[in-house]
Amino acid sequence: MHRYIWLVPLLPLLGAAVNGLLGRRFRFPERVVGAIGVGSVALAFLISLAAVISYGSQVWPRPYVTSEDGAFSYTWIPGGAVELTQGEAERAQAGGAAAAHGQGAVLDVEWSYQLDALSSIFMLIITGVGLCIFVFATGYMHGDRGFYRFFAYLGLFMFSMLVLVMGSNFMMMFVGWEGVGLCSYLLIGYYFDRKEAGDASRKAFITNRIGDFGFALAVFAVIATFGTTQYTAVFEQARSFPVETVMGPVTWGIMSWIALGLFVGACGKSAQIPLYVWLPDAMAGPTPVSALIHAATMVTAGLYMVTRCNVIFQHSQAMMTVVAVVGALTALFAATIGITQNDIKKVLAYSTVSQLGFMFLACGVGAFVIGIFHVMTHAFFKALMFLGAGSVIHAMHHEQDMRRMGGLKKYMPKTYWTFFAGWLAICGIIPFSGFWSKDEILWNAASTEYVSGGWLLWGIATVAATCTAFYMTRLMALTFWGKERFLEVRAGGQADEAHAQAYADGEATPHTAVTPSVGDRPHHGPEESVGAAHALESAAVGEPEGVDAHGHDIHDRHDPGDPAGHGHHPHGSVLPHESPRSMWMPLAALAVLATVGGFVGISPAFAGGAHVGGRLNIVNWLDPIIWNPATGQFGKHSPAQTSALAAHDKQTAGHEAVKQEGSHAAPLPTRTDDEHGTAGAGHAPAGGEHAAAALPYGGETRFNLAHSVQHVLGDSHTAAEWFFIVVSLLVAGFGIWLGFLFYVWRPHLPGVWAQRLGPLYRASFNKYRVDELYGAVFTRRTMDAARAVYAADSKVIDGAVNGAAWLTRQLSRFTGATDRLVVDGAVNGVAGFVKLLMSPLLRAAQTGLTANYALVMILGLVAGVGIFFGPEIWAILRSAIGDMFAFAL
Amino acid sequence: MNSLFTPALMLLQGSMLDNMSEGIQRPDISKFLIIAALLFAVGVAGVLTRRNIIVIFMSIELILNAANLNFIAFSRYLQETGHANAVAGQVFTVFIIVVAAAEAAIGLGLVIALYRNRETIFVDKIDLLKW
Repeated sequence: MHRYIWLVPLLPLLGAAVNGLLGRRFRFPERVVGAIGVGSVALAFLISLAAVISYGSQVWPRPYVTSEDGAFSYTWIPGGAVELTQGEAERAQAGGAAAAHGQGAVLDVEWSYQLDALSSIFMLIITGVGLCIFVFATGYMHGDRGFYRFFAYLGLFMFSMLVLVMGSNFMMMFVGWEGVGLCSYLLIGYYFDRKEAGDASRKAFITNRIGDFGFALAVFAVIATFGTTQYTAVFEQARSFPVETVMGPVTWGIMSWIALGLFVGACGKSAQIPLYVWLPDAMAGPTPVSALIHAATMVTAGLYMVTRCNVIFQHSQAMMTVVAVVGALTALFAATIGITQNDIKKVLAYSTVSQLGFMFLACGVGAFVIGIFHVMTHAFFKALMFLGAGSVIHAMHHEQDMRRMGGLKKYMPKTYWTFFAGWLAICGIIPFSGFWSKDEILWNAASTEYVSGGWLLWGIATVAATCTAFYMTRLMALTFWGKERFLEVRAGGQADEAHAQAYADGEATPHTAVTPSVGDRPHHGPEESVGAAHALESAAVGEPEGVDAHGHDIHDRHDPGDPAGHGHHPHGSVLPHESPRSMWMPLAALAVLATVGGFVGISPAFAGGAHVGGRLNIVNWLDPIIWNPATGQFGKHSPAQTSALAAHDKQTAGHEAVKQEGSHAAPLPTRTDDEHGTAGAGHAPAGGEHAAAALPYGGETRFNLAHSVQHVLGDSHTAAEWFFIVVSLLVAGFGIWLGFLFYVWRPHLPGVWAQRLGPLYRASFNKYRVDELYGAVFTRRTMDAARAVYAADSKVIDGAVNGAAWLTRQLSRFTGATDRLVVDGAVNGVAGFVKLLMSPLLRAAQTGLTANYALVMILGLVAGVGIFFGPEIWAILRSAIGDMFAFAL
Repeated sequence: MNSLFTPALMLLQGSMLDNMSEGIQRPDISKFLIIAALLFAVGVAGVLTRRNIIVIFMSIELILNAANLNFIAFSRYLQETGHANAVAGQVFTVFIIVVAAAEAAIGLGLVIALYRNRETIFVDKIDLLKW
């Protein structure tokens, strides 16, 4: 079945093509558009599932590329011979196959799909979570004019994302990378008639361009270094390249440059500092888009790429440090912003940025597997929470400001309970999925051997986890618990931040927003509206056109015949209600996944000290794609690779010697094989059969929190793990307790503390003014530069062009005069002369009298007859005359 | 051209031979031919000299009838000499009469139209082609 994986990207593309190209022309009803969209994705999901099962049972741990058995292959870019200009010294040092490859490299980029441990997980996440979101969207987008367009974009996104993760080379990844960027742009700007949606989409696109620039450079560097883009070939060479350690002879070499470029790309796509600014703004798109693209799938593309290239990243200790630090800082930074936001989607957006930071932290400390594990669990619970937020927004008449919600538990129990599961999962409460992955991240940060200062990273991440629990509890409390504030504060869908800020500063009433809602704008029937009587209010305040009424306008366009049009009927008296089945069914499915999804990576401490479950455990499943710096091989445990290692020993002997020169082959004191036999790649194998075990980058270990704890707890590894599990649960519990304290038990506290921590509160509320900073430093400067360039262009370039044009015009005027006077003069002179000479003659012939023409005809006839028969006629006449004379005589 | 005039030449020569009394008796059509020639000349003169279009038409009819007379005369001559295709001349004559009738009809229509437009049927007044 895994031979048919090429169908998986094709089906959503076909669905998108049918919806997008024919949907408008033939006016497909929503039912048809939805069936095409959902059907194509469901089919893709089923094929993926079958393919992964087949792959897992037959091919794993070897990667499967469709071109190897001809299932699907196409030489996309026949590049021909390339000259390798980079990494010559490293290649020489690596020896073996890599050095041999240096000569006569041929760059033929093929279009083929690769199925391996990593891409299979992403395939299942994308198609599985995507299916839930497609179903949800059929309910959420009900009544939208652009229904077909929405599903066409979503399908195109699914295609691009699947190409990104299933491609077998960097070029295909780049195609998918740009494709998802385009679809993100299209979908953020889906409500293109609203300025902030257009602005947000451009911001996302431009910010991503910065990252993509780094990515493109990295791909060029890969080509220049390895002469190919095929993953298997690149990593097989990179595998034996020398490691660039901070303390080693080469701190920053070609691998670091490649890793840096890749990471810049990952920062853009996965919204890390400093390129995270686009993601919160991206919430201007419809909520299903936020769930699918800006939480579950696209933003994890950076994680996919870093993990895919883990061999390159692991070759550069400096870049591992950068990844870890950026991840940890982003996690904390975004979490602190999330605490003070009032827009429900903004909170979730910053939460997403923060969780992505956790994932990068995991990658940076060498636990790539755990990073992907968190991608998976995060896809479940964050998609769940976004869809839940979409359900709430839908019920609240596109109100996104949490201060106008509250007490929704009573009205929408299904949404509430599914959201509840997501809340516990993201807070990290055992046994929900988020707990397993987040705990593993914290543990790996504390015990890492890849970068020094792991304890600091652990500390930052722990604080971020506390913040996470706090702001999520806050979100729950404000939305689902407490007083039903929407009965008091008028709803109207202006939960935009400009308005919210003005409102918070006491400068504005609820209806004096200056911009329309940032939130999305789905269809609501008149009976679905909520909030206090609003028509009277709006009449009294005289709110500006289009501020509050944007949703109503849309609604009116939907139901032009509706006498009780939305814009005219008073809101209020109608309470929020549960969403339709098409919306809560996906929620339920995701809630189940968010609850139990973490068991595929159950912590060894709970399972007798090992990653149980064989290849069904995500840690073991992903093991074959993770490079192990201690052995220079991929993975550690598959027998096939162990035997391959034995066969390869001679080849890499020199390389091993080089690597261990500075490392002193220190035995690894952390997780020994017995206790943690199948740890992620972050843990070099130690123990009997692996005598060569060493720290990944050699050198002395500095202070290592996990080791110290282990030491204190009597050198028991399991005890140390339990210690960190307890700490992780405690901080989560503390965050939740704090949330309850502030927003459930003592609701007056937030105001008090906002006053008391004024500067901090405002900094967080204003998102540390990063947008303004970027605006002043980059955007404004770019505009200045653009203006200068424009001035130069209009003055110098245009001046030169216009000058040349002026000169040409003068010249042409001269030549024109010459032509007119001299050349035309000569011609006209001759003609005039001829005319003068001939015209009286020829003119006289044309008398216009019929008789004259007839005469000429007759004369011509006579002349003709005379010429031809003249002699005969003359002879006859003569003889006749002669006869006559003879008679007469 | 040659074939058109061959019978005429033969005839002329034949008549000359007749006159030279060679012995074979052939009908003498020279009188018809002379009359036809005179008719033709009268017609041409009329076309060239008259201003009234209708008179010019009539002159053209004279020219046509001169040709008809020639046709009949030669047809008769060939009949007498036992030529197989002798009837062709008479058929031609009929054709010419028909065509002349049609031409007269159309021509008169044109004349009427012309008169309506320009209030004259004198050709020297209708010199639109001049320059």
